[in-house]
Amino acid sequence: MTSPAPTDSVPPQFSAGSRPAPGPAADEGLARRLRALACTAPLHDLDARKANLAGEYSVYGMAEVALAAIDLVTLNMDFDTGADHDQIVARLIPRIAAQAPRRPVEEHERVARWVLENLINVGSVDRGFRAVYGTFASDGTYVRRDYDFKLIEEVPGYGGGVYLRTTDEAVNVLVGALDTDVTSAQIAAEVKLEVLISRGRLADAQLAAEQARYRTVQYSETLRRALDATRRNVRAVDWLQTVPDMIAEALDHVADRYRHENAILTNIRKARDESEDPEQKRRAAELVDIVKDCIRRHTLLQSRLLEAGPLFRAEQDRQAFATPMTTSGTDLYGHLIAPLLPLPAEQARRVTDAFFARGTGLRTPGSVRVGDLVDLLFTPPVEREHLGAEMPEPDLIATPDDSRFSEEQLGAAMELLELPADAPRRLSGLLADARRLDPELPYLVALLAVHAASPPVGTAYRQGEEKLLFAVDDGTELDDPEFGGADLIVGTALLDAVGMAADREAA
Amino acid sequence: MSEHVEWSEPETAAPPAAAALTPADAADAARLVAFGLQPKLQPARDQEYGELLRRYREDPAFARLADAVAAGLGLVVLEVSPRAGMAVAAAEDSVFAVRMGDYARRTSADSMDRFLHGLAHLAVAAMAFPRPEDLADDGYIGRVSVNGVDAFVRQACRRLEERAEAQGENTDPASDAPGLEAAWRIWARRSSTGATKDARRLAGSTTGIIGKAVGFLTDSGFLQRTGDDNGGTYRTTARYQLQVRDMAGSAAMAELLELGVVPVTDGTATLLPADDTDDLELVADAGLPFHS
Repeated sequence: MTSPAPTDSVPPQFSAGSRPAPGPAADEGLARRLRALACTAPLHDLDARKANLAGEYSVYGMAEVALAAIDLVTLNMDFDTGADHDQIVARLIPRIAAQAPRRPVEEHERVARWVLENLINVGSVDRGFRAVYGTFASDGTYVRRDYDFKLIEEVPGYGGGVYLRTTDEAVNVLVGALDTDVTSAQIAAEVKLEVLISRGRLADAQLAAEQARYRTVQYSETLRRALDATRRNVRAVDWLQTVPDMIAEALDHVADRYRHENAILTNIRKARDESEDPEQKRRAAELVDIVKDCIRRHTLLQSRLLEAGPLFRAEQDRQAFATPMTTSGTDLYGHLIAPLLPLPAEQARRVTDAFFARGTGLRTPGSVRVGDLVDLLFTPPVEREHLGAEMPEPDLIATPDDSRFSEEQLGAAMELLELPADAPRRLSGLLADARRLDPELPYLVALLAVHAASPPVGTAYRQGEEKLLFAVDDGTELDDPEFGGADLIVGTALLDAVGMAADREAA
Repeated sequence: MSEHVEWSEPETAAPPAAAALTPADAADAARLVAFGLQPKLQPARDQEYGELLRRYREDPAFARLADAVAAGLGLVVLEVSPRAGMAVAAAEDSVFAVRMGDYARRTSADSMDRFLHGLAHLAVAAMAFPRPEDLADDGYIGRVSVNGVDAFVRQACRRLEERAEAQGENTDPASDAPGLEAAWRIWARRSSTGATKDARRLAGSTTGIIGKAVGFLTDSGFLQRTGDDNGGTYRTTARYQLQVRDMAGSAAMAELLELGVVPVTDGTATLLPADDTDDLELVADAGLPFHS
């Protein structure tokens, strides 16, 4: 973005050793596909490795969680930073919970973190992945190559925090074939969207709108990089043509998209309000949200673009209008870094070593006299005042017991519900009995009976309970002065505790 | 503790021919060198230091003596002035020189890490003195930030990647020859940061490596920390400019020339937009680095 297209041929010394000769065209396509394939490997790997985790995790679809995570990070990537780690985990949990609703939330969170950490590949020093593939070089020899890539990378954010961004590879894995021209891809997506909406095919429209949003994110990402570079150094960009052109182009783009998306928004709103089908209504409402988000991102982009001009001018003033120097020093970037980076690492290291040896300053070596050493070792450690100020005695206030029912009432209610297994009773009878004992008691009995309506049989069985209170509604209306609803049949079910114990031992 | 070393040297370093100089003069000369070995010490803050500096500048015989003391210790005198103090740098095999193995433990085992640490230092210098004029101008104060250095190197790497892509090259290195991998790929591959359990910077990430470099340079009296934004912001001192200009830059350049790479620039053109008809055909990209 920032630089004019390189028109000059690469100097010959750069090519020496650093650049392998390109293979036959067919092989190049194969290499590209092999790399694309490699990008999906970490996702498959998650499902393959979940069996090795301590615990029973096979119920979770790890690849699905991983793709959802990449989705979430991509959509939450903001202009300045990236997506927040904890926020992504929190948003992943509902999907994971849906996969295994009976498992505890802590486990869901563990799964979310495991997947995210594996997508970052926390264990490796590069925090990335490497795949090995082979190609034929132009001279017909077979060469094995390393392909290094990342899916989610960690970037420094505001205030020293670490944020997540998806890499281009991940976005390509996610939506596929996204490495096309961003602008044209976006226009295509929007034309498609409009057509789909006008024909009332909202399901497809939603897919297209989501794709449009990915492209919007990708577009602002490209611009963010460009603006970053210009902020660092005015020379990094062509002041005369490229930058003003780029800004004008981007502003046009924003205005254009803004108009476009507002039109779409009006259309979808109409679809949402006029549609009879609740499913269609819901989809239209979702679409409205997506398009609103697109508009928000465009507005952000626009404000950045407007700031760029003054920033350039200020930097230009600072850098260009200083008094020219008569002597000329070393251009550290042009003379050293630029020619060094394309070199093979072994050679480049010699240059950086030379710089390091003379550019780091000096250190005075410590020299120790035995006399000092003895003194040092024999000095007793300084007593530390490790006990702080005395804690004041806490002033405890007894809180009044505000329970609705007393222990005695609970005892009475439980006794009342102590029913023989072969003689269940109607709730109305139980309530009448309870009312005779204590006017408050019927409330507790009713509560316990309702609670027993869907008893956790499995849990009770696993915990070795011998019996369990249950309540069934057979359709009879409850006739009671204080309560309404169904006249439940309340009874006790016997559980096979012995059989359970035997099962447990067998397991 | 290093004073023992300095105090023992003058007898041998001071030439007996300088009859007018007494052992007390030699002691003063050595004292001045000792001040120079404390790079964070400001001449303006220490009266004795200031006095010795003045004597160095006014008394040629004393100046020669101090230079000899420094040379005997394996030090190179870069400049003696009120702003930089007695700016000395360690000669290559001096006891004061910093060795990469002591600097970062991992580097002795991993040559890629060694390269990254070296490049970080070079990049900090390039960011601090982006234009040749900045390096030449004695009054210039450069400003760097950890994240800024990383972003700037990554930008350069991305340019190379785009260029390789545009030419349809396959830059993936051969599996059995890691040393032949293009240098920029090693930086690009390393993650720029990473979450750690104890909220510190991940040491092996590129911002971790740069953070180590600027921290070390601050201890060397080359940088002064000015803030915490962007991973830590710093400004340069006169000594750093001298060190980079007179020592490190030329040493690295000599090494590069030995490798057969001849960077040619006209020294001023970097501020102009790139020209399509660039006549520096041999090393066009090096000539206008920011446009390549």
